[in-house]
Amino acid sequence: MKKKINFAPYLLIAPAVVFMLLVVAYPAINSILMSFQNYNLTKPQQRGFIGLTNYITAFHDPLFYQSLINTLIWVIFGVGFQFLFGFILALILNRDFRGRGFIRSAALIPWVTPGVLIGLMWTWMYDGNYGVINDLLHKVGLINTFIPFLSDANAALPCVIITLVWQGIPFFAIMILAALQGVPGELYEAADVDGCPAHTKLFKITIPSIKNTIFVTTLLRIIWVANSIDIIFSMTNGGPGFSSMTLSVYAFKKAYGTLDFGYASTLSILLTLLLMIVAVFYLRNFFKSADEQ
Amino acid sequence: MEFIVKKDSILRRIFLFIIPLALLMIFIVFPFLWTLLSSIKSQSELFKLTYWPQSPTFQNYINLFQASDFLLCLRNSFIVAFSTMLVTLVITLLGAYAFSRYRFKGKQFFLTMFLTINMFPSVLLLVPLFSIMRNLHILYTPLALILAYATFTIPFSIWMLTGFLNDLPGALEEAAMVDGCNRRSAFLRIILPIAVPGIVATGVYIFINAWNEYTYAVMFTNVDSRTIPVMLKLLVGEFNIDWGLLTAGGIITVLPICVMFVFVQKSLIQGLTAGAVKG
Repeated sequence: MKKKINFAPYLLIAPAVVFMLLVVAYPAINSILMSFQNYNLTKPQQRGFIGLTNYITAFHDPLFYQSLINTLIWVIFGVGFQFLFGFILALILNRDFRGRGFIRSAALIPWVTPGVLIGLMWTWMYDGNYGVINDLLHKVGLINTFIPFLSDANAALPCVIITLVWQGIPFFAIMILAALQGVPGELYEAADVDGCPAHTKLFKITIPSIKNTIFVTTLLRIIWVANSIDIIFSMTNGGPGFSSMTLSVYAFKKAYGTLDFGYASTLSILLTLLLMIVAVFYLRNFFKSADEQ
Repeated sequence: MEFIVKKDSILRRIFLFIIPLALLMIFIVFPFLWTLLSSIKSQSELFKLTYWPQSPTFQNYINLFQASDFLLCLRNSFIVAFSTMLVTLVITLLGAYAFSRYRFKGKQFFLTMFLTINMFPSVLLLVPLFSIMRNLHILYTPLALILAYATFTIPFSIWMLTGFLNDLPGALEEAAMVDGCNRRSAFLRIILPIAVPGIVATGVYIFINAWNEYTYAVMFTNVDSRTIPVMLKLLVGEFNIDWGLLTAGGIITVLPICVMFVFVQKSLIQGLTAGAVKG
């Protein structure tokens, strides 16, 4: 007897799937097509397919390489320190103490603050004439004269990374905190009986137990951070010069600033490919280590 | 002996707990505090670098609501964020119900699809969406933003709601169906009411994301449909920035979000972490 297919679940997921086809799949295919075109909104009469020209341009574009290197620095240091401080905060919040609920709420606020606003708040604090960071550093005696941090080509990228770290600590903290609360307490009790020191417990029990969460959250965060535009765009606009330009900001500026849609698509496709390589590498290692267990 | 142990643990407590916590909290809270203090300072005081405002004033807030098109942008942001929330919730509740209550061919494929969509950079979709919306003549209307925001709200909403519904025991509906309810009324009468906390948390998360979004908003809006993040960025002039106005605008922007967030914090965190921790 032939098994009857139940159509109900397909009908239920249909609206979401159709929506995704319309607003994600169709535009994504469009973007691939655009990357092979000379498509500049300011020069509509020149529109047409030009093969790989945009890609060849990218590989000869010094700005592409600089943005690529900046993207790597932005992601590695940004996500690295977000993870480190988020992990420390989670370990602290995992203890029971008075006022924990309040502190947890307060610590999460950066996570729900608009990126543009975060960028502007920090721009004000970094200000070279009236910025509070300059004033504090001056009072402590670390600097003699005020530094215009964001207009200094050497300081701009580290400064926006500090802002990025500030934004991302809460996400890691709550994700890791949730995972910590799932680690069975008996493991620690057994370790205490054996007289294990605290750092052994951290590296032999805590970190292995929450490995999955660490994998998933860092991957998600790498993707979000690589794609994020608003903080850099509102703080330095990729400058001074191009010292804080990342690939996503470069692509955005090509689309929004110069309306060069063809080249903007090429840059964003290169960024997507890069992220896919990272994701595949990451997931392959993740599944490999999951199999071994 | 006992004394030494105790002293050691107090020192440990200070170095491993109190100092790191205090430093992290100062780092996290200070920018907000500074923004708040700046917003109640007068123009002259802003440039004197006083820490505590000597003569607090609400002039910046009054200027904000009077001078610029702040109220219009506030209204636009509300319309966009609220509509995005409604549209996304209706669409994804149906989908999440299917994912949590039926077994069907391709289920894993579709779930994975919704997960991978999260990885697409918004710049990748930005350009083609701009062209599509221009051709549909909806560019610079709230509808353009609602559709653009669906690109990221639908995928995470499907995951969160599926997680919440999976946690509700299926026995409840089965009992209702034995009693003569059909599937639809079992869903509406039994599941929906007890799923409310999860749905509200997901809704708030959608709202926050739509409220905060900038990249699509700056491309797809004009003077009349501008949202708050776009307006805040526009307050930054080329040479002079009115920091009083800007910090006041920032406080007003983040206020509704904070209030909503505090209310749903618990279930929101539960929903967000369930996926990552189990998955």
